[in-house]
Amino acid sequence: MTATGTPTKKGQRPFLVEFYSSAVGKKWVMAVTGIIILGYVFVHMFGNLKIYLGADDLGVYAIDHYGEWLRELGEPLLPKTAFLWIFRAVMTVSIVLHIHAAYALTIINRKARPQKYQAPREYLVANYASRTMRWSGVIILAFVLFHLADLTIGSANPDFITGEIRHNMLASFTQPAVAIFYIVANILVGVHIFHGAWSLFQSMGWNNPRFNPWRKWFAAVFAGVVIIGNVSFPLSIWAGWVG
Amino acid sequence: MDVTLKVWRQDGPEAPGRFETYEATDISDHMSFLEMCDIVNEKLVERGIEPFSIDSDCREGICGMCGIMINGHPHGDQLGTATCQLHMRKFSDGDEIVLEPWKATGFPVIRDLVVDRSSFDRIIEAGGYITVPTGSAPDANMVPVPKAVADVAFDAAACIGCGACVAACPNSAAQLFTSAKLAQLNMVPQGQPERYDRVVAMVDTMEEFFGSCTNHGECEAACPKSITIDFIAMMNKDYIKAKFKNRRLLGQKA
Ligand code: SF4
Ligand code: FES
Repeated sequence: MTATGTPTKKGQRPFLVEFYSSAVGKKWVMAVTGIIILGYVFVHMFGNLKIYLGADDLGVYAIDHYGEWLRELGEPLLPKTAFLWIFRAVMTVSIVLHIHAAYALTIINRKARPQKYQAPREYLVANYASRTMRWSGVIILAFVLFHLADLTIGSANPDFITGEIRHNMLASFTQPAVAIFYIVANILVGVHIFHGAWSLFQSMGWNNPRFNPWRKWFAAVFAGVVIIGNVSFPLSIWAGWVG
Repeated sequence: MDVTLKVWRQDGPEAPGRFETYEATDISDHMSFLEMCDIVNEKLVERGIEPFSIDSDCREGICGMCGIMINGHPHGDQLGTATCQLHMRKFSDGDEIVLEPWKATGFPVIRDLVVDRSSFDRIIEAGGYITVPTGSAPDANMVPVPKAVADVAFDAAACIGCGACVAACPNSAAQLFTSAKLAQLNMVPQGQPERYDRVVAMVDTMEEFFGSCTNHGECEAACPKSITIDFIAMMNKDYIKAKFKNRRLLGQKA
Protein backbone atom coordinates (compact mmCIF):
# COMPACT_ATOMS: atom_id res chain seq x y z
CA MET A 1 0.00 0.00 0.00
CA THR A 2 1.31 3.45 -0.88
CA ALA A 3 0.61 6.74 0.75
CA THR A 4 -1.37 7.91 -2.25
CA GLY A 5 -3.94 5.18 -2.31
CA THR A 6 -4.81 1.54 -2.29
CA PRO A 7 -4.46 -0.35 -5.56
CA THR A 8 -7.84 -1.51 -6.83
CA LYS A 9 -8.15 -5.17 -6.13
CA LYS A 10 -8.52 -7.22 -9.27
CA GLY A 11 -11.60 -9.34 -9.67
CA GLN A 12 -13.60 -7.30 -7.20
CA ARG A 13 -17.18 -6.66 -8.23
CA PRO A 14 -18.15 -3.09 -9.03
CA PHE A 15 -19.06 -1.15 -5.93
CA LEU A 16 -22.80 -0.86 -6.59
CA VAL A 17 -23.16 -4.56 -7.37
CA GLU A 18 -21.26 -5.35 -4.21
CA PHE A 19 -23.51 -3.07 -2.17
CA TYR A 20 -26.71 -4.42 -3.72
CA SER A 21 -25.65 -8.00 -3.06
CA SER A 22 -26.19 -7.49 0.67
CA ALA A 23 -29.68 -7.62 2.12
CA VAL A 24 -29.16 -4.35 4.00
CA GLY A 25 -28.11 -2.81 0.67
CA LYS A 26 -31.26 -4.15 -0.98
CA LYS A 27 -33.39 -2.65 1.76
CA TRP A 28 -31.65 0.67 1.19
CA VAL A 29 -32.44 0.42 -2.51
CA MET A 30 -36.06 -0.40 -1.63
CA ALA A 31 -36.21 2.67 0.60
CA VAL A 32 -34.67 5.02 -1.97
CA THR A 33 -36.83 3.76 -4.83
CA GLY A 34 -39.78 3.81 -2.43
CA ILE A 35 -39.18 7.51 -1.77
CA ILE A 36 -39.08 8.21 -5.52
CA ILE A 37 -42.30 6.27 -6.07
CA LEU A 38 -43.97 7.95 -3.08
CA GLY A 39 -43.09 11.34 -4.50
CA TYR A 40 -44.60 10.35 -7.81
CA VAL A 41 -47.76 8.90 -6.27
CA PHE A 42 -48.35 12.12 -4.38
CA VAL A 43 -47.74 14.45 -7.33
CA HIS A 44 -49.86 12.24 -9.59
CA MET A 45 -52.76 12.41 -7.17
CA PHE A 46 -52.33 16.13 -6.58
CA GLY A 47 -52.13 16.93 -10.31
CA ASN A 48 -55.29 14.98 -11.02
CA LEU A 49 -57.23 17.04 -8.50
CA LYS A 50 -57.42 19.52 -11.41
CA ILE A 51 -60.32 17.43 -12.66
CA TYR A 52 -62.36 19.43 -10.15
CA LEU A 53 -61.37 22.78 -11.67
CA GLY A 54 -63.60 22.37 -14.74
CA ALA A 55 -62.96 24.30 -17.96
CA ASP A 56 -61.70 27.82 -18.69
CA ASP A 57 -63.42 30.42 -20.89
CA LEU A 58 -62.16 28.78 -24.06
CA GLY A 59 -63.61 25.44 -23.01
CA VAL A 60 -60.22 23.84 -22.24
CA TYR A 61 -60.41 21.63 -19.17
CA ALA A 62 -57.83 22.46 -16.49
CA ILE A 63 -56.68 18.85 -16.29
CA ASP A 64 -56.17 18.64 -20.06
CA HIS A 65 -54.19 21.87 -19.92
CA TYR A 66 -52.09 20.39 -17.14
CA GLY A 67 -51.50 17.23 -19.21
CA GLU A 68 -50.23 19.37 -22.08
CA TRP A 69 -47.94 21.22 -19.68
CA LEU A 70 -46.45 17.89 -18.61
CA ARG A 71 -45.63 17.10 -22.21
CA GLU A 72 -44.05 20.51 -22.71
CA LEU A 73 -42.16 20.50 -19.43
CA GLY A 74 -38.47 21.21 -19.94
CA GLU A 75 -38.98 23.12 -23.19
CA PRO A 76 -37.16 24.91 -24.73
CA LEU A 77 -34.08 23.31 -23.15
CA LEU A 78 -35.38 19.85 -24.00
CA PRO A 79 -37.49 18.83 -26.97
CA LYS A 80 -41.20 18.28 -26.33
CA THR A 81 -42.00 15.20 -24.21
CA ALA A 82 -38.27 14.60 -23.55
CA PHE A 83 -38.62 15.41 -19.88
CA LEU A 84 -41.66 13.18 -19.69
CA TRP A 85 -39.73 10.26 -21.14
CA ILE A 86 -36.72 10.79 -18.88
CA PHE A 87 -39.14 10.86 -16.00
CA ARG A 88 -40.84 7.67 -17.16
CA ALA A 89 -37.44 5.98 -17.47
CA VAL A 90 -36.55 6.94 -13.90
CA MET A 91 -39.88 5.62 -12.68
CA THR A 92 -39.48 2.36 -14.58
CA VAL A 93 -35.98 1.78 -13.23
CA SER A 94 -37.17 2.57 -9.69
CA ILE A 95 -40.10 0.20 -9.94
CA VAL A 96 -38.02 -2.59 -11.43
CA LEU A 97 -35.37 -2.23 -8.71
CA HIS A 98 -38.03 -2.04 -5.99
CA ILE A 99 -39.62 -5.25 -7.21
CA HIS A 100 -36.35 -7.05 -7.80
CA ALA A 101 -35.12 -6.24 -4.30
CA ALA A 102 -38.44 -7.31 -2.80
CA TYR A 103 -38.36 -10.56 -4.74
CA ALA A 104 -34.77 -11.37 -3.80
CA LEU A 105 -35.39 -10.57 -0.13
CA THR A 106 -38.53 -12.71 -0.10
CA ILE A 107 -36.50 -15.67 -1.34
CA ILE A 108 -33.88 -15.10 1.37
CA ASN A 109 -36.59 -14.83 4.01
CA ARG A 110 -38.41 -17.98 2.92
CA LYS A 111 -35.13 -19.89 3.16
CA ALA A 112 -34.49 -18.50 6.62
CA ARG A 113 -37.72 -20.00 8.03
CA PRO A 114 -38.43 -23.19 6.09
CA GLN A 115 -40.61 -24.72 8.79
CA LYS A 116 -43.42 -22.69 10.31
CA TYR A 117 -44.43 -22.75 13.95
CA GLN A 118 -47.22 -25.19 14.63
CA ALA A 119 -48.88 -23.23 17.40
CA PRO A 120 -50.79 -20.22 16.11
CA ARG A 121 -48.39 -17.32 16.08
CA GLU A 122 -49.85 -14.30 17.78
CA TYR A 123 -48.17 -11.17 16.48
CA LEU A 124 -47.75 -8.37 18.96
CA VAL A 125 -46.87 -5.41 16.77
CA ALA A 126 -46.63 -6.59 13.17
CA ASN A 127 -49.79 -5.31 11.51
CA TYR A 128 -51.94 -6.27 8.57
CA ALA A 129 -50.10 -3.84 6.30
CA SER A 130 -46.62 -5.06 7.17
CA ARG A 131 -47.53 -8.71 6.74
CA THR A 132 -49.26 -8.25 3.39
CA MET A 133 -46.66 -6.08 1.63
CA ARG A 134 -45.90 -8.86 -0.86
CA TRP A 135 -49.55 -9.35 -1.73
CA SER A 136 -50.44 -5.70 -1.88
CA GLY A 137 -47.32 -5.14 -3.98
CA VAL A 138 -48.24 -7.77 -6.56
CA ILE A 139 -51.83 -6.52 -6.86
CA ILE A 140 -50.62 -2.93 -7.18
CA LEU A 141 -48.25 -3.97 -9.98
CA ALA A 142 -51.12 -5.62 -11.86
CA PHE A 143 -53.19 -2.50 -11.32
CA VAL A 144 -50.42 -0.18 -12.55
CA LEU A 145 -50.08 -2.18 -15.78
CA PHE A 146 -53.83 -2.02 -16.34
CA HIS A 147 -53.90 1.66 -15.42
CA LEU A 148 -51.23 2.44 -18.04
CA ALA A 149 -53.15 0.50 -20.69
CA ASP A 150 -56.35 2.26 -19.64
CA LEU A 151 -55.35 5.89 -19.25
CA THR A 152 -51.87 6.37 -20.71
CA ILE A 153 -51.75 4.10 -23.76
CA GLY A 154 -55.50 3.81 -24.09
CA SER A 155 -55.66 0.23 -25.35
CA ALA A 156 -57.83 -0.90 -22.43
CA ASN A 157 -60.06 2.18 -22.55
CA PRO A 158 -63.39 1.92 -24.40
CA ASP A 159 -63.15 5.45 -25.86
CA PHE A 160 -59.62 6.81 -25.63
CA ILE A 161 -58.72 10.20 -27.10
CA THR A 162 -55.07 11.19 -26.75
CA GLY A 163 -54.65 14.31 -24.64
CA GLU A 164 -58.25 14.49 -23.44
CA ILE A 165 -57.60 13.34 -19.91
CA ARG A 166 -60.98 14.29 -18.49
CA HIS A 167 -62.83 12.53 -21.27
CA ASN A 168 -60.71 9.38 -20.84
CA MET A 169 -61.23 9.31 -17.09
CA LEU A 170 -64.98 9.57 -17.56
CA ALA A 171 -64.94 6.83 -20.21
CA SER A 172 -62.97 4.59 -17.86
CA PHE A 173 -64.66 5.19 -14.52
CA THR A 174 -68.21 4.96 -15.78
CA GLN A 175 -67.57 1.23 -16.16
CA PRO A 176 -68.38 -0.16 -12.68
CA ALA A 177 -65.87 -3.05 -12.83
CA VAL A 178 -63.01 -0.71 -13.70
CA ALA A 179 -63.98 1.78 -11.03
CA ILE A 180 -64.19 -0.94 -8.38
CA PHE A 181 -60.80 -2.38 -9.36
CA TYR A 182 -59.40 1.15 -9.24
CA ILE A 183 -60.84 1.79 -5.78
CA VAL A 184 -59.66 -1.53 -4.34
CA ALA A 185 -56.18 -1.08 -5.82
CA ASN A 186 -55.87 2.42 -4.42
CA ILE A 187 -56.87 1.28 -0.96
CA LEU A 188 -54.11 -1.33 -1.27
CA VAL A 189 -51.70 1.41 -2.37
CA GLY A 190 -52.56 3.16 0.88
CA VAL A 191 -52.08 -0.03 2.90
CA HIS A 192 -48.70 -0.58 1.21
CA ILE A 193 -47.69 3.02 1.96
CA PHE A 194 -48.86 2.69 5.57
CA HIS A 195 -46.05 0.23 6.20
CA GLY A 196 -43.59 1.32 3.51
CA ALA A 197 -43.48 5.01 4.35
CA TRP A 198 -42.67 4.13 7.95
CA SER A 199 -40.32 1.28 7.18
CA LEU A 200 -38.15 3.39 4.89
CA PHE A 201 -37.02 5.52 7.83
CA GLN A 202 -35.60 2.45 9.55
CA SER A 203 -34.00 1.10 6.37
CA MET A 204 -32.31 4.44 5.72
CA GLY A 205 -31.27 4.65 9.35
CA TRP A 206 -33.29 7.83 9.91
CA ASN A 207 -33.95 7.42 13.56
CA ASN A 208 -34.05 10.16 16.13
CA PRO A 209 -36.01 10.28 19.37
CA ARG A 210 -37.05 13.83 18.42
CA PHE A 211 -39.05 12.66 15.45
CA ASN A 212 -39.49 8.91 15.94
CA PRO A 213 -43.14 9.15 17.04
CA TRP A 214 -43.89 11.17 13.89
CA ARG A 215 -42.64 8.53 11.50
CA LYS A 216 -45.74 6.37 11.85
CA TRP A 217 -47.98 9.41 11.70
CA PHE A 218 -46.28 10.56 8.54
CA ALA A 219 -46.95 7.16 6.95
CA ALA A 220 -50.56 7.06 8.13
CA VAL A 221 -51.33 10.57 6.93
CA PHE A 222 -49.55 10.02 3.61
CA ALA A 223 -51.52 6.81 3.07
CA GLY A 224 -54.77 8.50 4.04
CA VAL A 225 -54.25 11.47 1.74
CA VAL A 226 -53.38 9.25 -1.22
CA ILE A 227 -56.39 7.00 -0.66
CA ILE A 228 -58.83 9.89 -0.21
CA GLY A 229 -57.49 11.82 -3.20
CA ASN A 230 -57.40 8.92 -5.62
CA VAL A 231 -60.62 7.23 -4.56
CA SER A 232 -62.45 10.55 -4.81
CA PHE A 233 -62.08 10.53 -8.62
CA PRO A 234 -64.33 7.57 -9.52
CA LEU A 235 -66.72 8.40 -6.67
CA SER A 236 -67.14 12.00 -7.84
CA ILE A 237 -67.62 10.87 -11.40
CA TRP A 238 -70.35 8.49 -10.24
CA ALA A 239 -71.94 11.20 -8.16
CA GLY A 240 -71.94 13.46 -11.22
CA TRP A 241 -69.76 16.10 -9.53
CA VAL A 242 -67.29 16.22 -12.41
CA GLY A 243 -68.88 18.61 -14.90
CA MET B 1 -52.96 -26.52 39.33
CA ASP B 2 -52.90 -28.94 36.44
CA VAL B 3 -51.83 -28.06 32.92
CA THR B 4 -51.32 -30.02 29.72
CA LEU B 5 -48.06 -29.65 27.80
CA LYS B 6 -47.84 -30.18 24.09
CA VAL B 7 -44.12 -30.55 23.55
CA TRP B 8 -42.23 -30.63 20.27
CA ARG B 9 -40.07 -33.77 20.20
CA GLN B 10 -37.37 -34.15 17.61
CA ASP B 11 -34.61 -36.75 17.90
CA GLY B 12 -31.97 -34.86 15.96
CA PRO B 13 -31.34 -32.07 13.46
CA GLU B 14 -32.52 -34.09 10.50
CA ALA B 15 -35.23 -36.11 12.22
CA PRO B 16 -38.86 -35.19 11.60
CA GLY B 17 -40.48 -33.62 14.62
CA ARG B 18 -43.78 -34.43 16.33
CA PHE B 19 -45.83 -33.20 19.26
CA GLU B 20 -46.23 -35.29 22.40
CA THR B 21 -48.76 -34.46 25.09
CA TYR B 22 -47.83 -34.67 28.78
CA GLU B 23 -49.89 -33.87 31.84
CA ALA B 24 -48.33 -31.63 34.48
CA THR B 25 -50.25 -32.27 37.68
CA ASP B 26 -50.04 -30.68 41.14
CA ILE B 27 -48.11 -27.66 39.98
CA SER B 28 -47.74 -24.82 42.47
CA ASP B 29 -48.31 -21.26 41.17
CA HIS B 30 -45.01 -20.22 42.70
CA MET B 31 -43.01 -22.54 40.48
CA SER B 32 -41.06 -21.13 37.64
CA PHE B 33 -41.85 -22.42 34.20
CA LEU B 34 -38.59 -24.38 34.10
CA GLU B 35 -39.24 -26.00 37.49
CA MET B 36 -42.56 -27.18 36.13
CA CYS B 37 -40.75 -28.69 33.13
CA ASP B 38 -38.27 -30.39 35.49
CA ILE B 39 -41.13 -31.98 37.41
CA VAL B 40 -42.80 -33.23 34.26
CA ASN B 41 -39.47 -34.65 33.09
CA GLU B 42 -38.83 -36.39 36.40
CA LYS B 43 -42.20 -38.10 36.10
CA LEU B 44 -41.34 -39.13 32.56
CA VAL B 45 -38.09 -40.69 33.80
CA GLU B 46 -40.02 -42.60 36.47
CA ARG B 47 -42.27 -43.98 33.76
CA GLY B 48 -39.26 -44.97 31.68
CA ILE B 49 -39.89 -42.32 29.01
CA GLU B 50 -37.02 -40.24 27.66
CA PRO B 51 -37.43 -36.72 29.14
CA PHE B 52 -37.69 -33.83 26.70
CA SER B 53 -34.59 -31.69 26.29
CA ILE B 54 -34.82 -28.03 27.25
CA ASP B 55 -31.88 -25.68 27.70
CA SER B 56 -31.24 -23.52 30.73
CA ASP B 57 -28.31 -22.32 32.72
CA CYS B 58 -28.51 -19.25 34.96
CA ARG B 59 -32.27 -19.38 35.58
CA GLU B 60 -32.19 -15.69 36.38
CA GLY B 61 -32.53 -14.11 32.95
CA ILE B 62 -28.90 -13.37 32.17
CA CYS B 63 -27.48 -16.22 30.11
CA GLY B 64 -29.90 -16.52 27.22
CA MET B 65 -30.01 -20.32 27.17
CA CYS B 66 -33.66 -20.94 27.95
CA GLY B 67 -35.39 -19.57 24.87
CA ILE B 68 -38.37 -21.57 23.64
CA MET B 69 -41.66 -20.73 22.00
CA ILE B 70 -44.49 -20.89 24.56
CA ASN B 71 -47.93 -20.75 22.96
CA GLY B 72 -46.51 -18.96 19.93
CA HIS B 73 -44.65 -16.34 21.97
CA PRO B 74 -40.87 -16.40 22.42
CA HIS B 75 -40.21 -16.81 26.17
CA GLY B 76 -43.99 -16.75 26.72
CA ASP B 77 -46.19 -13.70 26.39
CA GLN B 78 -44.89 -11.84 29.43
CA LEU B 79 -43.00 -8.79 28.18
CA GLY B 80 -39.32 -8.28 28.90
CA THR B 81 -38.55 -11.61 30.55
CA ALA B 82 -36.85 -14.88 29.63
CA THR B 83 -38.51 -18.29 29.97
CA CYS B 84 -36.76 -18.84 33.30
CA GLN B 85 -38.38 -15.67 34.67
CA LEU B 86 -41.87 -16.82 33.81
CA HIS B 87 -43.96 -18.23 36.63
CA MET B 88 -46.79 -20.70 36.64
CA ARG B 89 -49.11 -18.14 38.21
CA LYS B 90 -49.32 -16.60 34.74
CA PHE B 91 -51.23 -19.70 33.62
CA SER B 92 -54.57 -21.05 34.75
CA ASP B 93 -55.64 -24.48 35.81
CA GLY B 94 -56.49 -26.66 32.82
CA ASP B 95 -54.46 -24.63 30.27
CA GLU B 96 -52.89 -26.33 27.31
CA ILE B 97 -49.37 -24.99 26.77
CA VAL B 98 -47.60 -25.56 23.45
CA LEU B 99 -43.78 -25.70 23.61
CA GLU B 100 -41.73 -25.40 20.45
CA PRO B 101 -38.08 -24.75 19.70
CA TRP B 102 -36.95 -21.61 17.80
CA LYS B 103 -37.50 -22.27 14.13
CA ALA B 104 -34.91 -20.75 11.84
CA THR B 105 -32.38 -22.05 9.36
CA GLY B 106 -29.69 -20.29 11.40
CA PHE B 107 -30.75 -22.24 14.53
CA PRO B 108 -30.87 -25.94 13.71
CA VAL B 109 -32.65 -28.06 16.30
CA ILE B 110 -30.23 -30.22 18.28
CA ARG B 111 -32.90 -32.13 20.12
CA ASP B 112 -36.50 -31.41 21.15
CA LEU B 113 -36.58 -27.80 22.37
CA VAL B 114 -32.84 -27.19 22.17
CA VAL B 115 -31.39 -25.33 19.22
CA ASP B 116 -27.83 -24.64 18.13
CA ARG B 117 -27.19 -20.90 18.34
CA SER B 118 -23.56 -20.99 17.28
CA SER B 119 -24.43 -18.84 14.27
CA PHE B 120 -24.56 -15.98 16.82
CA ASP B 121 -21.00 -16.85 17.83
CA ARG B 122 -19.95 -16.56 14.18
CA ILE B 123 -21.41 -13.04 14.09
CA ILE B 124 -19.51 -12.07 17.24
CA GLU B 125 -16.30 -13.60 15.90
CA ALA B 126 -16.64 -11.45 12.80
CA GLY B 127 -16.24 -8.22 14.76
CA GLY B 128 -18.01 -8.17 18.10
CA TYR B 129 -14.87 -7.21 20.00
CA ILE B 130 -12.22 -4.52 20.00
CA THR B 131 -8.68 -5.29 18.96
CA VAL B 132 -6.61 -3.94 21.79
CA PRO B 133 -2.92 -4.45 22.37
CA THR B 134 -2.60 -7.04 25.09
CA GLY B 135 -0.96 -6.04 28.32
CA SER B 136 -2.25 -5.05 31.69
CA ALA B 137 -5.83 -3.84 31.88
CA PRO B 138 -6.16 -0.07 31.46
CA ASP B 139 -7.19 1.93 34.48
CA ALA B 140 -10.89 2.41 34.91
CA ASN B 141 -12.11 5.81 33.69
CA MET B 142 -8.97 6.33 31.60
CA VAL B 143 -11.28 6.96 28.65
CA PRO B 144 -14.06 9.29 29.71
CA VAL B 145 -17.49 8.40 28.36
CA PRO B 146 -20.45 10.73 28.90
CA LYS B 147 -23.06 9.17 31.15
CA ALA B 148 -25.83 9.43 28.56
CA VAL B 149 -23.71 7.58 26.01
CA ALA B 150 -22.67 4.94 28.51
CA ASP B 151 -26.34 4.37 29.36
CA VAL B 152 -27.37 3.74 25.77
CA ALA B 153 -24.37 1.48 25.17
CA PHE B 154 -25.34 -0.38 28.30
CA ASP B 155 -28.92 -0.81 27.09
CA ALA B 156 -27.48 -2.48 23.99
CA ALA B 157 -25.09 -4.56 26.06
CA ALA B 158 -28.06 -6.02 27.94
CA CYS B 159 -28.60 -8.44 25.03
CA ILE B 160 -28.16 -11.99 26.31
CA GLY B 161 -27.98 -13.61 22.87
CA CYS B 162 -31.06 -15.73 23.46
CA GLY B 163 -32.31 -15.63 19.87
CA ALA B 164 -35.89 -14.65 20.68
CA CYS B 165 -35.61 -11.82 18.17
CA VAL B 166 -34.90 -14.31 15.39
CA ALA B 167 -37.62 -16.64 16.65
CA ALA B 168 -40.21 -13.85 16.74
CA CYS B 169 -39.32 -12.42 13.35
CA PRO B 170 -41.49 -13.70 10.50
CA ASN B 171 -38.31 -13.55 8.37
CA SER B 172 -35.97 -15.14 10.93
CA ALA B 173 -33.83 -12.01 10.78
CA ALA B 174 -31.13 -11.45 13.40
CA GLN B 175 -31.02 -7.68 13.06
CA LEU B 176 -31.88 -6.91 16.68
CA PHE B 177 -29.15 -9.15 18.07
CA THR B 178 -26.51 -7.98 15.61
CA SER B 179 -27.37 -4.32 15.99
CA ALA B 180 -27.24 -4.57 19.78
CA LYS B 181 -23.85 -6.25 19.64
CA LEU B 182 -22.64 -3.54 17.27
CA ALA B 183 -24.07 -0.65 19.26
CA GLN B 184 -22.51 -1.70 22.57
CA LEU B 185 -19.10 -1.11 20.95
CA ASN B 186 -19.90 1.52 18.34
CA MET B 187 -21.46 3.91 20.84
CA VAL B 188 -18.30 4.29 22.93
CA PRO B 189 -14.86 5.70 22.13
CA GLN B 190 -13.12 2.34 22.41
CA GLY B 191 -15.18 1.01 19.52
CA GLN B 192 -14.54 3.87 17.11
CA PRO B 193 -11.35 2.89 15.25
CA GLU B 194 -12.97 -0.28 13.88
CA ARG B 195 -16.53 0.95 13.73
CA TYR B 196 -17.27 0.66 10.00
CA ASP B 197 -15.10 -2.36 9.46
CA ARG B 198 -17.00 -4.05 12.26
CA VAL B 199 -20.45 -3.23 10.93
CA VAL B 200 -19.66 -4.63 7.49
CA ALA B 201 -18.07 -7.79 8.86
CA MET B 202 -20.87 -8.53 11.31
CA VAL B 203 -23.73 -7.71 8.94
CA ASP B 204 -22.23 -9.81 6.16
CA THR B 205 -21.81 -12.75 8.53
CA MET B 206 -25.35 -12.29 9.85
CA GLU B 207 -26.69 -12.46 6.31
CA GLU B 208 -25.04 -15.84 5.76
CA PHE B 209 -27.37 -17.36 8.34
CA PHE B 210 -30.48 -15.27 8.71
CA GLY B 211 -33.30 -13.59 6.84
CA SER B 212 -33.70 -9.91 6.20
CA CYS B 213 -35.49 -7.29 8.26
CA THR B 214 -38.83 -6.00 7.01
CA ASN B 215 -39.37 -3.68 9.97
CA HIS B 216 -42.27 -5.51 11.58
CA GLY B 217 -40.93 -4.74 15.04
CA GLU B 218 -41.79 -8.18 16.45
CA CYS B 219 -38.23 -8.67 17.75
CA GLU B 220 -38.44 -5.66 20.04
CA ALA B 221 -41.71 -6.93 21.51
CA ALA B 222 -40.26 -10.41 22.07
CA CYS B 223 -36.86 -9.43 23.45
CA PRO B 224 -36.47 -10.37 27.13
CA LYS B 225 -34.17 -7.36 27.51
CA SER B 226 -36.45 -4.96 25.62
CA ILE B 227 -33.67 -3.98 23.20
CA THR B 228 -34.98 -1.23 20.92
CA ILE B 229 -35.13 -1.37 17.14
CA ASP B 230 -33.47 2.07 17.18
CA PHE B 231 -30.25 0.07 17.17
CA ILE B 232 -31.31 -1.54 13.89
CA ALA B 233 -31.63 1.90 12.31
CA MET B 234 -28.20 2.77 13.66
CA MET B 235 -26.74 -0.40 12.17
CA ASN B 236 -28.33 0.29 8.78
CA LYS B 237 -27.00 3.82 8.79
CA ASP B 238 -23.49 2.70 9.71
CA TYR B 239 -23.53 -0.05 7.09
CA ILE B 240 -24.52 2.41 4.37
CA LYS B 241 -21.91 4.88 5.60
CA ALA B 242 -19.29 2.17 5.61
CA LYS B 243 -20.06 1.53 1.97
CA PHE B 244 -20.41 5.10 0.67
CA LYS B 245 -17.98 7.22 2.67
CA ASN B 246 -14.26 7.35 2.24
CA ARG B 247 -13.38 5.33 5.27
CA ARG B 248 -9.77 6.38 5.32
CA LEU B 249 -10.81 10.00 5.67
CA LEU B 250 -13.26 9.05 8.41
CA GLY B 251 -10.23 7.88 10.34
CA GLN B 252 -11.39 4.29 9.94
CA LYS B 253 -9.81 1.02 9.05
CA ALA B 254 -10.66 0.70 5.36
S1 SF4 C 1 -31.68 -8.77 21.08
FE1 SF4 C 1 -33.05 -9.48 22.73
S2 SF4 C 1 -34.16 -11.21 21.79
FE2 SF4 C 1 -32.35 -10.84 20.50
S3 SF4 C 1 -30.76 -12.20 21.29
FE3 SF4 C 1 -30.50 -10.23 22.34
S4 SF4 C 1 -31.69 -10.44 24.25
FE4 SF4 C 1 -32.38 -12.10 22.88
S1 FES D 1 -31.72 -19.77 31.95
FE1 FES D 1 -30.36 -18.07 31.70
S2 FES D 1 -31.66 -16.61 30.77
FE2 FES D 1 -33.06 -18.19 31.25
